[in-house]
Amino acid sequence: MRFFDLFELPVSFQLDNELLLERYREIQKKVHPDHHASASDNEKLLSVQKASEVNDAYETLKKPLTRAEYMVAEHGFDVRHEQHTIRDGMFLMQQMELREELEEIESATDVEAAFDRFYSDVKQLINEYTAKFESEFNQSSFESAADAVRKLRFIYKLKEEAQLLEDKLLDF
Amino acid sequence: MALLQIAEPGQSTNPHEHKLAIGIDLGTTNSLVASVRSGQANVLPDAQGRYHLPSVVHYGANRTIDVGFDAKANAENDPENTIVSVKRFLGRGLKDINETYGKLPYTFVEKENTVNLLTSQGEKNPIQVSAEILYVLKTQAEQTLGGDLMGAVITVPAHFDDAQRQGTKDAAQLAGIKVLRLINEPTAAAVAYGLDSGQEGIVAIYDLGGGTFDISILRLNKGVFEVLSTGGDTALGGDDFDGKIVQRILANAGVTEELSAKSLRKLADLGRKIKEQLSDVDSVDFNIDIESQQLTGSFSKADFEAVIADLVKATLRSCRRALKDADVEKEQILEVVMVGGSTRVPYVREQVKAFFGKEPLTSIDPDQVVAIGASIQADLLVGNKPDSDMLLLDVTPLSLGLETMGGLVEKVIPRNTTIPVARAQEFTTYKDGQTMMAIHVLQGERELVDDCRSLARFVLKGIPPLTAGIAVIRVTFNIDADGLLSVTALEKSTGVESSIQVKPSYGLEQNEIADMITASMTNAKEDIQARMLREQQIDAVRMMEALETAMTEDNAIVLDEERVVIEQAIEQLKQATQGIDGQAIKQAIKNLDDTSQPFAARRMENSIKRALTGHSVDKV
Repeated sequence: MRFFDLFELPVSFQLDNELLLERYREIQKKVHPDHHASASDNEKLLSVQKASEVNDAYETLKKPLTRAEYMVAEHGFDVRHEQHTIRDGMFLMQQMELREELEEIESATDVEAAFDRFYSDVKQLINEYTAKFESEFNQSSFESAADAVRKLRFIYKLKEEAQLLEDKLLDF
Repeated sequence: MALLQIAEPGQSTNPHEHKLAIGIDLGTTNSLVASVRSGQANVLPDAQGRYHLPSVVHYGANRTIDVGFDAKANAENDPENTIVSVKRFLGRGLKDINETYGKLPYTFVEKENTVNLLTSQGEKNPIQVSAEILYVLKTQAEQTLGGDLMGAVITVPAHFDDAQRQGTKDAAQLAGIKVLRLINEPTAAAVAYGLDSGQEGIVAIYDLGGGTFDISILRLNKGVFEVLSTGGDTALGGDDFDGKIVQRILANAGVTEELSAKSLRKLADLGRKIKEQLSDVDSVDFNIDIESQQLTGSFSKADFEAVIADLVKATLRSCRRALKDADVEKEQILEVVMVGGSTRVPYVREQVKAFFGKEPLTSIDPDQVVAIGASIQADLLVGNKPDSDMLLLDVTPLSLGLETMGGLVEKVIPRNTTIPVARAQEFTTYKDGQTMMAIHVLQGERELVDDCRSLARFVLKGIPPLTAGIAVIRVTFNIDADGLLSVTALEKSTGVESSIQVKPSYGLEQNEIADMITASMTNAKEDIQARMLREQQIDAVRMMEALETAMTEDNAIVLDEERVVIEQAIEQLKQATQGIDGQAIKQAIKNLDDTSQPFAARRMENSIKRALTGHSVDKV
């Protein structure tokens, strides 16, 4: 089952999140096991499977990164489980700079301001590569689109690391 | 022509009637049972008009088993045989219990897959003790409602892990209760609160009970209760507040020797009394004999707040984590609902208020709201409200993963994923010719295997001997709507499959449960055979009715040849239901179920399309 089809949405990175949520709820009201609790064993099983599928589809489309990953995977470039080395020199340089910035936060005089700066840099990069992904995807250059998604994965990973560090430094 | 069937009073199998269903809050300190009657959800009182049952079980010397108030009265005289707060031991290992709770007035016996409590009636495991409590609640409900129950929704702390959930379900089975669903306590509270207040928006449920703490962040929207995140601690509650008071008193008095079970129980009761009184007064005097000593003194509110400060702070840390996981700011929270008896402590209320920056809601009964919410869900699940739009979307509280090389955990399902969920992960062999693979399932947030809870281990055999890294093993985790896990593993090139219903490291095997049911004094009185037959008959009637309704509603998608075989299968089931052979009915149910499977699948797809068509029309 194609995720966009399930919610009757066009295959597009630009997505109306409210509409997605609304349709997700409507579908779950039909398929969720709570609405098949007194049904036969087969139907119960069917309902659990369908509800799991719908949850998965919703989770995937809801977030920009997983949505982009899914979109390129549909065209044969599954970047989610691959071991791939990025050779783009400029990107690697950007990554190194961001990593240094993250490492220096701990010794910054104003930690919160340093985090703010870091997140704003990350956001800029995310916007840049998201735009790249979209334009490549729309031109059906799926290989280049997948390349942009790989880079986005790196950036989001770094953002996650920053959040863990933030938890640690700001009294969690 | 079929003969007219006349049911015994109170045992009607007519599916059109209001079906009896209950919600049970199986608490650490107290348990309650509620039901929806005439559209109104209420907690059911016992014969003496009391609304709660102390979660205490006493195993008497003369083979009697007392539950509730009578058992509680024995706690001080016969502490070894009076099991208090048994919920804390469910699904736990001995090491775990000792580390978490310290000295307790019981003799624990560690078995291969359970930890038993030694009583005057022999060894009892926590599942059996819990079943005694559930049995009393069930019986009480049947007497009040006047009929057979279709089933029950039982609540569990949101942060309960797989072993604790499975243990709860097994206890219900032992007590002869059909579990419609396990739901999380804060979610149940949100249902009761949401339906009562009609509020829509984001709410936080702060649930501090006798032994557990949960925080859940939910979004309420037109009957949909969507849990955004949940956090908590299954070993933090009012009992721990009592324990801190006792520790302080003993430390001040310089008592260091081993204390008897009687003294431990006396002290725990003293701690609880002091805590409760400090809600209203600033200082409490005490005078207690333990062993050969007399302890006297006074305990002030300031002392109390000092000893529990760290525990309360820990709950707020969970709140912050839950907000972050939900991606919600404090300012977006419409209401903070206080649930659980321990939220009566003024210091807890003050701290929660300071954290969220708003007055928490304390006007709803913190003891009853969970049972009431559970009963509303039970009413829905048995089909009393076919047109209801209510929907509960809950999440899994803990991440699930697999052990990989080097004692590391690879997460497969992160915490706060909406359930039900199915996720697969692929692995490969690391040695040439490897034909077996050990699969170790873990639950928890940490990266190292040793820091997570081990849920189950199993071995996938029959992998074709290939070069390392060639065989692909796909491991699929399924978490159902009860939050229970099952795992299957499949080798892709050969299709060798290995599947397990995750059997927790501490729990009962299905045959052990069956043996216990047969052996148990309470259930032997009932004619199990007759009971099973009645259940089969009810199931059969319900199924035929549901299918007939479905075929009328979706008449257009029933294939002609399909209609013939389904109708035949219905006729067979009807005949079987007239008889007294339970096995034959079961077989006929299965047959009808299989026959109608393709239709059911088509109907499900159709319902999705219809749900969306309605919307597309709205949008145009």
